[in-house]
Amino acid sequence: MEAAIPAVIFLAFILMLSIFLGFELISKVPSTLHTPLMSGSNAISGITLVGALLTSGSGEDQLSIILGTLAVAFATINVVGGYMVTNRMLAMFKKKDQVKK
Amino acid sequence: MSLWIQVAYIVAALLFASGLKLLSSPATARRGNLLSALGMLLAVAATLFTQGLSFQWIAVGVLAGAIIGATAARVVAMTAMPEMVALFNGSGGLASLLVGWAEFVRGQQDMQASLAVPILLAVLIGGVTFTGSVMAWAKLQDMTIGRFKLGPALVYPGQQVINSIILLGIIACAVLLLMAPPAGGNFLLIIIGISLLLGFLTVIPIGGADMPVVISLLNSYSGLAACAAGFVIENNILIVAGSLVGASGIILTKIMCKAMNRSLGNVLFSGFGSAASKKGKAAEGEAKPISAEDTYYILEAASSVAVVPGYGLAVAQAQHVVKELGDLLEANGAEVRYAIHPVAGRMPGHMNVLLAEADVPYDSLIEMDDINPIMETIDVCLVIGANDVVNPAAREDETSPIYGMPIIDVDKAKTVIVSKRSMATGFAGVQNPLFFKDNTRMFFGDAKASWQEVVSEFKSG
Repeated sequence: MEAAIPAVIFLAFILMLSIFLGFELISKVPSTLHTPLMSGSNAISGITLVGALLTSGSGEDQLSIILGTLAVAFATINVVGGYMVTNRMLAMFKKKDQVKK
Repeated sequence: MSLWIQVAYIVAALLFASGLKLLSSPATARRGNLLSALGMLLAVAATLFTQGLSFQWIAVGVLAGAIIGATAARVVAMTAMPEMVALFNGSGGLASLLVGWAEFVRGQQDMQASLAVPILLAVLIGGVTFTGSVMAWAKLQDMTIGRFKLGPALVYPGQQVINSIILLGIIACAVLLLMAPPAGGNFLLIIIGISLLLGFLTVIPIGGADMPVVISLLNSYSGLAACAAGFVIENNILIVAGSLVGASGIILTKIMCKAMNRSLGNVLFSGFGSAASKKGKAAEGEAKPISAEDTYYILEAASSVAVVPGYGLAVAQAQHVVKELGDLLEANGAEVRYAIHPVAGRMPGHMNVLLAEADVPYDSLIEMDDINPIMETIDVCLVIGANDVVNPAAREDETSPIYGMPIIDVDKAKTVIVSKRSMATGFAGVQNPLFFKDNTRMFFGDAKASWQEVVSEFKSG
C-alpha cells in the first residue's frame, strides 16, 4: 500500500483543469456581452459564501463567529447583488424583432 | 463531509460552466445567468446540510447581505454599472479575507504550513481586491478628498520602490508567521493591514480611463481569492468556481489591453493620463461649430448614419434621446448603425448595456472591426461623448502616447459631427486632430440637451 496522497494534490488538479476550462469558455464571448459577463462571473466569485457558511456555522470562539458572520454577509451581497444586476441587464438585450415599436 | 454534498457540488460546478458557456450569445445569456445562479443556490443549500452547523449567525449574515445586495442591484442606474460591479467585487474579496482570518483564528493552535500558506494567500488577494475595488469605485465617481482629485492617475516619486518594500514586508511577515505558527496571530494582523494598504496603492496611479482593465483584473483577483479560500477549507467547489472566474477575468483583461494597444504592465505602472505623460503634436487649425438646426439639415439628407458613443453619453444620460433620434432617422429612410469601441465607456461593453436599456436592438450594434471597412460609405458619423477612441492621432502621429491604439475611423466618413461639451481633451490627455478636420463639425453642449434639440427640429420639420 502506497502512502496516502495529500488532498492538496487533488485540489491542485481541479484548479488546473478549471482554469483551462475558464479560458476556453470566456475567449468566445462577444464584446457586446462583456459587462454582463463581468458582473455574472463576479457573482460566481461570491462562491466564497460556501466557505463563509462553514466558518460561521462551526465557529467556537467569539472572534471566529464574528468574522465568519461578516464574511457570510459580504459574500451574500456579492452573490445576490451580482446575479440580480446581471439578470436586470440581460433582460434589456433584445433582438430587432423583439423591440416593440 | 457527506457524499451527497459532494455530489451536489459536482452538479453546481456543471451549472457554473454551462452558465458561462450560455453567456457567450445574447440570445441565451439570460438563461446562462439563471443556470449559474441555480448552481450557486444548490452549492449553498448543500453546504447547509453539513453536520454540526449552527444556523443562527448564518441566518443573520445571509439576511443582511441579501437585503443590501438586492436593494443595490435594484436601484443602481445602468450608467453607474462600473461602480456597482467594483463594489460587489470588493465585497467578495473582503469575504475571502474574512474566511481566511476566521480559519486562522480557529486553527491557530496547531497551524501547519499547508494550512497557513493558503490562508495567507486568501487574506492577501482578498485584501488587495477589497481596497483596490473601493479605490476603483472612488475613481469612477471622480471623488475628491478636500482639494485632492482621486479620478486622474496619481503618480508620486518612488511609487514602485514603496510598493516593492510593501511586498517585501508581506513576505517577511509570512515567513515569520510560518516559523512560529501558534503565536503568529500578530503577524497575520500586520499582513491584513499591509494587504489593504497595497490594494489602495496599486490602484491610485491608474487613471479613470483605464478602469475597464482594473475592474476586470480585480474581478480575476476575487476569483483567485475564493480559490485560495477553497484550499484553506479543502473545498473543491470554491476552487472550481474561483478559478473559472480567475481565468475569465484574466482573458477579459487581455482583451482590454489589446484594444488599447498597451501591455498590462503599462496600464498598471505607467501613470497613463497623468500630467507628466502628456506629449504628442499639438493639433492646429480651427474647429467649426455647428448649430442644432444645421445638424438637423445634414442628418435629414443622410442615407446612412453611424453613432459612436463614449463615456460622455453615459454621463449625460443621453442614451434614450439618441435612440429616439435613431428611430426618427430610420423613419426618414436612413440606415442607422451604432459602432462600439471595445473600451468605450468605463467598463468593457458598458455602451452596449446603455443602448440596450434604451431599447436599441443588439443586432444594430456593430463592432469596431466591422464598421471600419465600410466607414467611407457612411454619410454622417455622430460621435457622442467619445474622444480618445476616435482620435486619428492613434493612426497618424507616431509621437502621440496613444499611437497604435486601434480606433474607430470616424474621420473617413463623409461628415463627422462631434457632440461634446467643450474642446477639452479625453482621459488620455491627448489633443484630438479630428476636431480640426475639414469634414468635422463640432456640436457643443450637453449631449442630452443638444440632441433633444435636434429631435425637436425633426419633429417640427
